[in-house]
Amino acid sequence: MSSNYLDIIRPGINTTFQDKGRDHLYHIGIPFSGAMDNRNYLIANKLVNNNLDSAVIEFAYQGPHIKYSGEKINFAVTGDVIFSIKKKDTEIEGNCYESYQIENGDEINIISTNKSVYGYLALGGEFDLKFQWNSCSINTKANIGSNDGKKLDEGQRINLKKINSNKDIKKTNYINTKIENIRVIKGTNFDYFSEEGKKIFYEKEFTVSKLSDRMGMRLEGPKIDNIVNTNIKSEGLIKGVIQVPADGNPIIMLSDHGTIGGYPKIGVVASVDYDRLVQMSPGSKIKFKEINLSDAETLFRLYEMETQNLLSQI
Amino acid sequence: MIKNISNLGDAALYCDFGNEVNKSINSQVIKYFKSIKEKKFEGINNLTPSYNKLIISYDLKKTNFKEVKNYVENINAEYSIDINSKKLEIPVCCHENFSMDIKRLEEILKLSREKILENFLNKEYFCYMTGFIAGMPFLGDLDENMRAQRLETPRVKVPKGSVALTEQFANIYTFESPGGWNVLGNTPLDVFDSSKEDKPNLINPGDTVIFKEITLDQYKNYNEQ
Repeated sequence: MSSNYLDIIRPGINTTFQDKGRDHLYHIGIPFSGAMDNRNYLIANKLVNNNLDSAVIEFAYQGPHIKYSGEKINFAVTGDVIFSIKKKDTEIEGNCYESYQIENGDEINIISTNKSVYGYLALGGEFDLKFQWNSCSINTKANIGSNDGKKLDEGQRINLKKINSNKDIKKTNYINTKIENIRVIKGTNFDYFSEEGKKIFYEKEFTVSKLSDRMGMRLEGPKIDNIVNTNIKSEGLIKGVIQVPADGNPIIMLSDHGTIGGYPKIGVVASVDYDRLVQMSPGSKIKFKEINLSDAETLFRLYEMETQNLLSQI
Repeated sequence: MIKNISNLGDAALYCDFGNEVNKSINSQVIKYFKSIKEKKFEGINNLTPSYNKLIISYDLKKTNFKEVKNYVENINAEYSIDINSKKLEIPVCCHENFSMDIKRLEEILKLSREKILENFLNKEYFCYMTGFIAGMPFLGDLDENMRAQRLETPRVKVPKGSVALTEQFANIYTFESPGGWNVLGNTPLDVFDSSKEDKPNLINPGDTVIFKEITLDQYKNYNEQ
């Protein structure tokens, strides 16, 4: 029996364990999964002196309310999140991007994400989790990963295998910036769409629909007209692909996407904008902007340098 | 041979082997897939073979389009590895408990239930690819008179093990999932088993599958034998 554990008082809406995800499995139908917002995932681990590929708790909208039992441990929350820490006789409001120390009996209550979707809770230590294909990321659709591939549930107890001896408190000043446009690279079926349809795609605003989850983001807006064929022979997908089915409303493939699809691909979200894309909550407005491959590569390199910079300052 | 290589976004190569769907083109795709997988090029993190395309994803932190394209263009996939495929018999029960779309198929195909089963069972089908959901095999080709379109409104839940048809293809739902294919029967076999990490898929691209009919009693006792 582990003497350090969390009890889930309230699980939140879609709370899962995530890490870097799993690769080399598309050909058997298993997507990457892993933390949706990779930058915030890495920062969360760094703030609690973990290895950067450690498992964290990812939540969407409303997060979990947990009670901790055991030795002193650090934790940190990243994203744009409202949460509180309840100690014996006080309850304080927590700040993101700052680590805190909790002890036996303390509670963390993650109330909600603010105008965003995903947040991360990292504990300074190692959860006792099952790994499948070198990852404990939960894929609720295929029931793969830790926790039998299911989201966290009320009343559950989660054990910790290890608590970091380094309990230095860390803090950083990171602000999740919003971007006006999501940059995209032209898709392999771009010419399936009418001139008007292509214009709409780059010039009009789309709204993120409520029917969005870790698998995909559905958009609503002016219809994009297909003039060739509303189906293609099924072929591989990657995250960020924007498919347009017969109804003319784009769907963007996210981290738990189906690995094969048969709808024409109008574009692919540039890797540089993926972390910010997934944070767009239902009702948000999206505008796409075309960039070429070489600009996309350069922008990603800069984004990655910025991430490394942020991490090195923690 | 690969007819054209383009980029799919900034982190994947889109290798186009043509537009037709047939065994010979698909075997080319699988040859490339197996050769590249074997050679483990640094930075390539996923490969998705399909009927006539191969998508190669890579980690943009480690490599880029130009490097991976150059690598793929110079690879000798022609004679590298034989396909090493298996022939598998899949038991299927077509009792009315399972064949949810038999009436629809009878109407669309204008064939009796008996004739539909006769056309479908005991024939060799080639596995073109696996995916969409984990382990789902895409098998073909069905006889010309067996080709029906997808359901107009997909089901929210298709039961695990369902054997279903669309166009020239058959597939197996490896776990309960939404889906729009015409369900003809159900197999008691576990076609995907995530506890077998090295070999989770029973059926792999290049394999040949033959469906053999079993009765409802045999179906019920199947996993107790």
